[in-house]
Amino acid sequence: MTPPLLSLRAIGKTYAGRPVLQDLSLEVLDGEFLTLLGPSGCGKTTLLRLIAGFERPDHGSIHLAGADLTAVPPERRPLNTVFQQYALFPHLDVFGNVAYGLRRERRPRAEIAARVGEALELVRLGEFARRKPQQLSGGQQQRVAIARALVKRPRLLLLDEPLSALDAKLRRQMQLELKRLQRELGIAFVFVTHDQEEALSMSDRVAVLHDGVLQQLGSPREVYERPANLFTARFVGETNLFPARVLEVQAERVVVDCAGQHRTLPTPHFAPRVGQAVSLLLRPEDIRVLGPDADQGLPGTVIERNYKGSTLDSLIRLDGGQEVLASEFFDEDDPAFDHRLGEPVRVSWVDGWEWMLPADG
Amino acid sequence: MAEGALPYPLTGQRNPLRSAVLALSWGWLLALVLVPNLLVLAASLLTRDPLHFLQLPLTLDSYRRLLDPLYLRVFLDSLALALATTLGCLLLGYPFAWALSRIRARWRPLLLFLLILPFWTNSLVRTYAIKQLLAANGPLNGALLALGLIDAPLELLYTQGAVILGLVYLLLPFMILPLYAVFEDLRPELLLASRDLGAGRLATFVHVLIPLTLPGILAGTLLVLLPALGMFYVADILGGARVLLVGNVIKNQFLDARDWPFGAAASILLTAAMALLLFAHRLARRRLRHGTVP
Repeated sequence: MTPPLLSLRAIGKTYAGRPVLQDLSLEVLDGEFLTLLGPSGCGKTTLLRLIAGFERPDHGSIHLAGADLTAVPPERRPLNTVFQQYALFPHLDVFGNVAYGLRRERRPRAEIAARVGEALELVRLGEFARRKPQQLSGGQQQRVAIARALVKRPRLLLLDEPLSALDAKLRRQMQLELKRLQRELGIAFVFVTHDQEEALSMSDRVAVLHDGVLQQLGSPREVYERPANLFTARFVGETNLFPARVLEVQAERVVVDCAGQHRTLPTPHFAPRVGQAVSLLLRPEDIRVLGPDADQGLPGTVIERNYKGSTLDSLIRLDGGQEVLASEFFDEDDPAFDHRLGEPVRVSWVDGWEWMLPADG
Repeated sequence: MAEGALPYPLTGQRNPLRSAVLALSWGWLLALVLVPNLLVLAASLLTRDPLHFLQLPLTLDSYRRLLDPLYLRVFLDSLALALATTLGCLLLGYPFAWALSRIRARWRPLLLFLLILPFWTNSLVRTYAIKQLLAANGPLNGALLALGLIDAPLELLYTQGAVILGLVYLLLPFMILPLYAVFEDLRPELLLASRDLGAGRLATFVHVLIPLTLPGILAGTLLVLLPALGMFYVADILGGARVLLVGNVIKNQFLDARDWPFGAAASILLTAAMALLLFAHRLARRRLRHGTVP
């Protein structure tokens, strides 16, 4: 296996007595798209600033391609940053902004002109070279910021919530654009976002952060389908959690009691004890809504329906009081599909689709 | 519009209150700015009269006398002194304004207040206070003697240095305030972006910080340079007879030599120089805002 491009080892950082990052270790592979995902205040932006060199960690080390970067100032790190509010220089035009890094390297004029032109073509802003940043739209400013960072041919590109200031449509367009750039250039991206949908759709791997601690590192699919803990389960995607109790632990399976029903599950990723409280995680699309006469499932009532075009989302209140979100694909041939508001139903799921986690821990 | 909704209509071009306020402002400018300046201009073109100060015929004699190398020298010396004052204010004020914009927001009003506090005391009084500090038997020399750093009192007063010190002290707030305004608007990410793109601290200072704070530097320079050319009493009190500013020349012509036409001509020259500087400032600002800076 190739050695990692960037490796963070046991990073710790404290602001005014409050730990922001705790003993965090993480590796970024060459050419991968890694997303740091977490709610605001989770430490993801601090982590990015440490990698960029704007801050020093209290302890731990940062290595890039084998070289220790921990004490290297930002101007001598072979990586570049796309800032949240773009941070374009207002006194320079688009060309001047993109050329800024190359001019500091004292490159020959002809080379600067050629590389800036190339970078602007890459983000499709060729004819905007003489505009001032203030004369561009948000999306165009974003592209200038990307071109300015890429023109230096960094080993690693850091992006700090670069799409958060754009409206939804432009955002989706820029997501595709960023993905295309990353694929074409083969540069590793470390992308910070609090938007889990964005993280899932763009990344090769997602690192979920909470309270300065790395909660889970894995592919979008792993993080979504097999969350390491309740925080990840709740933060990434919509979640239904059913409380249950372990009744029996067998060699390869576990029997649990969920609202009075016995269910047999494969052994989870942790070692369950008999009597332990657990949570069964089910995504809305895993839920099946059955008629009231079905011979299985938990009884409840439809309290909200939300037509989404391709899917129908229903909120169902179980008789025990818990609310369950179900997202079903339309099946016009199924007469039982259309549940009315206030109608009694039963909620079920396919055995084995549950993901078991220890309750609150 | 419903009656009483607003004290005056929004689009009323002929609103009597609005007209009255405008007329008052224009009248004020006319009576207190334009007319006095025209009077000075007229005085500069008249001939000296020992009894009535001014008399006909009209002549350009006063302006011709200004071309005398002696007065040209005074003009250049004052300019040099004012430039030294401006540079001193800039060197002291720039880091101060930067620091002021970086400290916690709740301390800023207090520090700004302290900065403005000296204005409550007349600047003449403050200039005399500096004179006391610098005097041969003053506290500064006393302290240096007591510390054993010097054997005899230093001759601090009645030097160019004393005049510059006094001017810097009096004018420093006028440099700091416009600089503080631009520093407050400066987004720190721009400095980080510069470092990120490979510029060290010095390169970031030269290529990002200076261009972005240039409007403040220019405004502060004007606010310091122009008054520094005319503050004759500072040169009188701290420079004694050794330092002569344009302001002193003008004052002497009016109060001592009783040569009003010549004093008026010197005033007009100073006003013209200031107008030129203001015009240059406007041009520079417009280029900063609209043009491309390489």
